[in-house]
Amino acid sequence: MPIDMRQFHQTFFEESLEGLANMETELLRLEKAGAENGQETVTADLEILNTIFRAAHSIKGGSSTFGFEDVVAFAHVLETRLDAIRDGRLRPTRKVISLLLLSVDCLRSLIISARTGKEGDNSAIDDVRRQLESLESEQPSSPASTVPVSKTPQGKISHWQIMFRPHLHLFHTGNDPLRILRELNDLGECHVQADISSLPGWDRMKPEECYLAWKIELIGPISRETVNEVFSWVAEDCSLEIKLKPMQSLAPRSIAEAVASMDAQAGTLRVSVPKVDALINTVGELVITQTMLSLIASNFSFDNLSRLFSGITQLERNTRELQESVMSIRMLPLSFAFNRLLRLVHDMSQRLGKKVELVFHGEQTEIDKTVIDRLIDPLMHLARNSLDHGIELPAERLAAGKPETGRIELKAYQKGGNVVIEVRDDGRGLSHERIFAKAVERGIVSSSSKLTPEEIAELIFLPGFSTAESVSDLSGRGVGMDVVRNNICSLGGSVEVASQAGRGTCFTVRLPLTLAILDGLSIQVGEHTYILPLVSIVESVRIRPEQVSRPAGSSEMYGLRKEYMPFLRLNELFHIESRSTDLSQGLLVIVEAEGKKAGLYVDDLLGQQQVVIKNLATHYRKVEAISAATILGDGTVAMILDVPGLIRLAHAGTGHATPPVGDAPASTTATPTLN
Amino acid sequence: MATILTVDDTASMRQMISFTLNSVGYEVLQASDGKEALKLLQGKKVDLVIADVNMPNMDGIALVKSLREQADYKFTPILMLTTESQESKRQQGKVAGATGWIVKPFNPEQLLTIVKKVLG
Repeated sequence: MPIDMRQFHQTFFEESLEGLANMETELLRLEKAGAENGQETVTADLEILNTIFRAAHSIKGGSSTFGFEDVVAFAHVLETRLDAIRDGRLRPTRKVISLLLLSVDCLRSLIISARTGKEGDNSAIDDVRRQLESLESEQPSSPASTVPVSKTPQGKISHWQIMFRPHLHLFHTGNDPLRILRELNDLGECHVQADISSLPGWDRMKPEECYLAWKIELIGPISRETVNEVFSWVAEDCSLEIKLKPMQSLAPRSIAEAVASMDAQAGTLRVSVPKVDALINTVGELVITQTMLSLIASNFSFDNLSRLFSGITQLERNTRELQESVMSIRMLPLSFAFNRLLRLVHDMSQRLGKKVELVFHGEQTEIDKTVIDRLIDPLMHLARNSLDHGIELPAERLAAGKPETGRIELKAYQKGGNVVIEVRDDGRGLSHERIFAKAVERGIVSSSSKLTPEEIAELIFLPGFSTAESVSDLSGRGVGMDVVRNNICSLGGSVEVASQAGRGTCFTVRLPLTLAILDGLSIQVGEHTYILPLVSIVESVRIRPEQVSRPAGSSEMYGLRKEYMPFLRLNELFHIESRSTDLSQGLLVIVEAEGKKAGLYVDDLLGQQQVVIKNLATHYRKVEAISAATILGDGTVAMILDVPGLIRLAHAGTGHATPPVGDAPASTTATPTLN
Repeated sequence: MATILTVDDTASMRQMISFTLNSVGYEVLQASDGKEALKLLQGKKVDLVIADVNMPNMDGIALVKSLREQADYKFTPILMLTTESQESKRQQGKVAGATGWIVKPFNPEQLLTIVKKVLG
């Protein structure tokens, strides 16, 4: 009965990579523990060591079972070393830990090679392996590969005489002499004679003990190893004599080889059982509701109306619960992204000669898996940035009266429908003069422009901006903060920076909880309905026509509480006939994105609702000012407005001018602010 | 048909073992460490336990010890999964009361052969 081992490969790859990530985290913890003691040698916490060892051990076991020989060979060397560390034969110095971290990389690349079927850089891996092997421990290591004991086939017939005398406690090991006799019988011709000489009298006999012994004659093509193997589990639980009359042999036994070929690289998600149970539960309730509703429908009378309504209420609840359960499946804790930074910070701080402590807060905050995957790069960039530009060299820090070790803090928390992540360092802060000078040099702003510190800080997010004096290979990879902002914006989020000279910098990233569902406000423009993302709405006000101004050569501006902002008439933008041209009949929705505000003139607000986002580009094409579409309850399609796009459009119309100075009368007729 | 409990912290091993055993009709329970195994076995009887040695929370050896103290599991076969290099673990397992061991790496056929032998 052949079993296709390939079906287990995907799980093996995933858990191995996960195991390696754990190993990495634990190794870094180990090193940190050592650094805190201020010692070169790390006093190892046994629990940490065990976890590290277990990861290597599992990978070795799995890869040998599934036939990934390269992985086995490497994992074996690593395991031997880790075992030596665990036993105290090898001391985990910083050098050793660094080498172990390298080994984690090697294993990772080997596993990825196995997964993709592509060859990795074997010379580098061999090099690390040699280094591992040459690590001095106080005892020689075992040979560098596990060779399953294979039996050489021999055709000769042997005649074995076996005296098998189990100890009294044999049953307590779960072994059964009958099993052994049966096994011997399967090997060849077998004659068994029981020896009952040790049986005590009935009164002293304990049923849980084994008093019998057996004399066995075994004839067949059987080697001594085979016979020994039959008794291997009970070798210490019996006295055993195995004598050869003559002859010996063994039938050839095939050692089935695992097929090392590649599974389709399906993007998979590991979900905890309680989450799946909750889902199944909800579906169960949904089915009940459905049955109930069809029952009402099949013999409907108006007397049943109240039952119908209660059924629909129940359906709504089921749907909402189902949605929540399904969404929660896609949620992962942010620690998945945060932990990736540990290694980066470790490697980089060593290269830069800086001392840095990385601290996490709220890493259990959950966020959509897609967001996590796409968040890793921007977060890495922010951390790299803090480390490279923010944190000073130890001497510099001491001179400034700060602790020698810098601190990068990652803090995550949920706020409304958003997850907020702060990347904060206690470094030197942004140098406004240098940023400004650089921006002038790059022609981004003119030297005569007067900018507030906040506006200067914003400059770092502009394309083509980089303040690194020498383009180091660490942060200055030609990827600037503009890419970070773009990446985060493409996730529907935003990033802001705040800084205090000499005290540090804080980047605040705001992200929607999920990419699939949006909290929106439906608005009416003419006969059409549009959706505005709730997060970008500041407030809605009834327009006072006297507060509208039209500066020469720019679009209309609206003055609200001493603040002027451009506004767009959505009906004009989308070429829709508005219900009324009288401004005071409509409403102005103030939206904000990327630190800029704009007003959107709409006919009416319809209400707040959650909508499922349907990508427009895959169904139609990219449309300016529209980010996606959704299907409303009545089956019509509504467009979801792209607020950052609209704001850019509105500000482009104003010719990037600073708002005219002047006091706008305070608006007192603001409609109740939404949210 | 007999019921078998497989205890391993590695999901791929558990999957492989239970798939293999399922395929010939054994009923298979799974646990990811000793603690979970003990919890699972409360008030339940299985015919064979196959447990890994290295596991978090409660390792295979502690599991064997603890099972042997229970009347229901005094004589139940318990097999440990070990590697060639784990001679000392094997000894500890035996002392704790393990029935025998399966040496890693093994393939499904080897596993079935051993299980069939033990369960008869």
